[in-house]
Amino acid sequence: MSILGKLTLESIPYHEPIIMVTLAVVAVLAVAIAALITKYRKWGVLWNDWFTSVDHKRLGIMYIVLALVMLVRGFSDAIMMRTQQALATNGAAGYLPPEHYDQIFTAHGVIMIIFMAMPFMIGLMNLVLPLQIGARDVAFPFLNNLSFWLTTSGAVLINISLGLGEFAKTGWVAYPPLSELAFSPGVGVDYYIWALQISGIGTTLTGVNFIATVLKMRAPGMKLMQMPIFTWTCTWANILIVASFPILTALLGMLTLDRYMDFHFFTNAGGGNAMMYINLFWAWGHPEVYILILPAFGIFSEVISTFTSKRLFGYTSMVWASGAISILGFIVWLHHFFTMGSSANVNAFFGVMTMVIAVPTGVKLFNWLFTIYRGRLKVTVPVLWTLGFMVTFTIGGMTGVLLAVPGADYVLHNSLFLIAHFHNTILGGAVFGYLAGFSYWFPKAMGFHLNERLGKAAFWCWQIGFYVAFMPLYVLGFLGMTRRLSHTDNPAWNFWIYFAAVGAFIIFVGIILQFVQLYVSFRDREQNLDTTGDPWNGHTLEWSTSSPPQFYNFAKLPHVSDIDAFTDQKEKGQAYQRSADYEPIHMPKNTASGILIAICITAAGFAAVWHILWLAIAGMLGAFVAFLFRAYGNDHDYYVQPSEVATIENAHLDKVVRGTA
Amino acid sequence: MNTAITTNLNDTHSETLISAAHGEHPDSSQNTLFGFWLYLMTDCILFASVFATYAVLYMNTDGGVSGKDIFELNFVLIETAALLLSSITFGLALIFAKRHNRRATVVWLLITFALGCVFIGMEIYEFHHLIEQGNGPQRSAFLSSFFALVGMHGLHVTAGLIWMAIMMIEVLKTGLNHRSITRLGCLSLFWHFLDIVWICVFTVVYLLGAL
Repeated sequence: MSILGKLTLESIPYHEPIIMVTLAVVAVLAVAIAALITKYRKWGVLWNDWFTSVDHKRLGIMYIVLALVMLVRGFSDAIMMRTQQALATNGAAGYLPPEHYDQIFTAHGVIMIIFMAMPFMIGLMNLVLPLQIGARDVAFPFLNNLSFWLTTSGAVLINISLGLGEFAKTGWVAYPPLSELAFSPGVGVDYYIWALQISGIGTTLTGVNFIATVLKMRAPGMKLMQMPIFTWTCTWANILIVASFPILTALLGMLTLDRYMDFHFFTNAGGGNAMMYINLFWAWGHPEVYILILPAFGIFSEVISTFTSKRLFGYTSMVWASGAISILGFIVWLHHFFTMGSSANVNAFFGVMTMVIAVPTGVKLFNWLFTIYRGRLKVTVPVLWTLGFMVTFTIGGMTGVLLAVPGADYVLHNSLFLIAHFHNTILGGAVFGYLAGFSYWFPKAMGFHLNERLGKAAFWCWQIGFYVAFMPLYVLGFLGMTRRLSHTDNPAWNFWIYFAAVGAFIIFVGIILQFVQLYVSFRDREQNLDTTGDPWNGHTLEWSTSSPPQFYNFAKLPHVSDIDAFTDQKEKGQAYQRSADYEPIHMPKNTASGILIAICITAAGFAAVWHILWLAIAGMLGAFVAFLFRAYGNDHDYYVQPSEVATIENAHLDKVVRGTA
Repeated sequence: MNTAITTNLNDTHSETLISAAHGEHPDSSQNTLFGFWLYLMTDCILFASVFATYAVLYMNTDGGVSGKDIFELNFVLIETAALLLSSITFGLALIFAKRHNRRATVVWLLITFALGCVFIGMEIYEFHHLIEQGNGPQRSAFLSSFFALVGMHGLHVTAGLIWMAIMMIEVLKTGLNHRSITRLGCLSLFWHFLDIVWICVFTVVYLLGAL
């Protein structure tokens, strides 16, 4: 085998014009961005203040930037699929050859779940959770930085697959035996394995980190049942992460052994059992969707309670409903394959458990409604997303209950009805939640407001586009159209396929408006500064800091005795107090170790995909050495001196006085 | 009051000062140990997944050997004894570490290390033997899951041995300070955890398979 393993010049898909044009555009963009950074001399800032940062707020922002970049990539895949299906009716071939189309729907699923939704959720959690519990950082700041770079490493690998080799053609679940070497001999599944494996380990570490943070770092006085609701829902999500992501790690490990060393876990030959893969996949995959949705529920709760100026209705039931969803989420995985052939009793159990999840979810919905009831709801952008969610998600939930009936599932599984259902819940639930959280916490993170008009316009495009794009898929499901078809030949479907394509373009406009909103808001930021740090008259501690928050978060750790801790402070007149004696604050120093380790691991992952043995060994060794350097360094922390704290705090409080005067 | 104030008094004292000067968080070692516990729980689920796979696949021998044909309980018993004994010796090392007795700590770590090497050496021998007889992991789903489960445990033990070697160097070079004792605490959790996993492997794979 050559020194580059399976990698040759032939691996570049230069005979595929669509991919080459995409690569050219990406290259031009990359050069343009690099040139801008060079022109404004920002490389140092980028490296010193961001890439090497262990500050949870900056890591949060970087996660969200990653999510937005991957949203563009994943949405490009979406719109290509919709246009392909619209062009390839009546037996036409369309513009995408089947082997390319198959890679696109796989990439779309993997990217949207693992590299868009997860980083978005984890980014918001990073940004907000430590502030909400009155902590100065997470329990393990360096680990937090490493987690981010491992996630990015996976994203880099999946993007490399675009220009070198191919991506998996198996669908985002990569079921064997299709994903085994015998049927997928290319490198596509290997890219899939290593991108998910590396980012999955990063996610597991994030879960560990945030559970430790929540249990060990809360402000003095804050009991568990006084944690803000977003913190609570994130905590449940983190429990799900540490309980489910190791299953994915094990599963991918076994698929790796099958493909690389001729083991027989899931193969047809040798006594392997493909259904074991499918069971394990969903034992991770189903909790995963609750990992995505629970923090979104928390965001909606925060938004509703803030913009009605009321305390959240049913805080306790909200916490326990989230817990119930988390636990139930672990005993429903089989509903993804009712057709496997289990006995009727097994299917009935999993069907009933699935339907039961609608109960705690219903509790949540009523809690939100009762919070709005007799409140003075201010219809801001985050509230629009929340209202849109409440309607959309209810529909998605009901179709979910429908699919939970094993008999109905025999008819509907693998049809577009299923696709409509999960987009209805993940898009109308999780993504709407993240976008609500994005506009809600944006002033906190960046120090200026987002443009309200463009935000509303973007919302309406998403909302209308969603219905136009996905309601037809329910109809198509009933008409018998299965998922993942690259071309069709059934005149009865045509109208609905065209209809759905229009919806995708309306969402496209929504995404463009979102980026225009970012640009306009940044351009006009001087007129829209948030000087008080509390633009919405918030209830929880993140609003007691400046916008953007001081790097140490809190000059003095707050003492908490209420769920709405900041409201409590404001009512008691304890907010915005000056102090004459600040203590030195112990802070972690930035470190390049995280990004260095991740670069080595990316190289090793790439080498594993292409069977370049020496590079794989070198990458792992490099990561190990970089880790040892970190472990035996002595220069990890420092103290912020009281005089510096006083200067920063007084400057902030002066602004608050001017802002409210 | 403190029984450890013997030969290493000066040493210990100066190290306490150093770690104070480095501004160790008073509760950082608590957080580290707790975080490590959480990590071990994720590892536990990793093992559980592979155990489940083994339970599903252990009868899928594809016409090849089954557990009854290949497991030699006497051999595995010695292997098991070595690993269980190493947990005791690690416990002793940790006791001496908390008493700031540097030499005794390293000696007990060395004994633990040797026992771990015996375990790994025997496991490699067993694997090699099986593969030579044509019963490698490629032979059947049963052997795939057997090699994966036992091998994954073996890789963990190997990682533990590497970590232990590094810790011995650390203890010899920088002594028993706040940082190294916390790390030894984590390693000991890891080591005992692997022992518990091995007891499950011994029971589920070897005993149930051979009897």
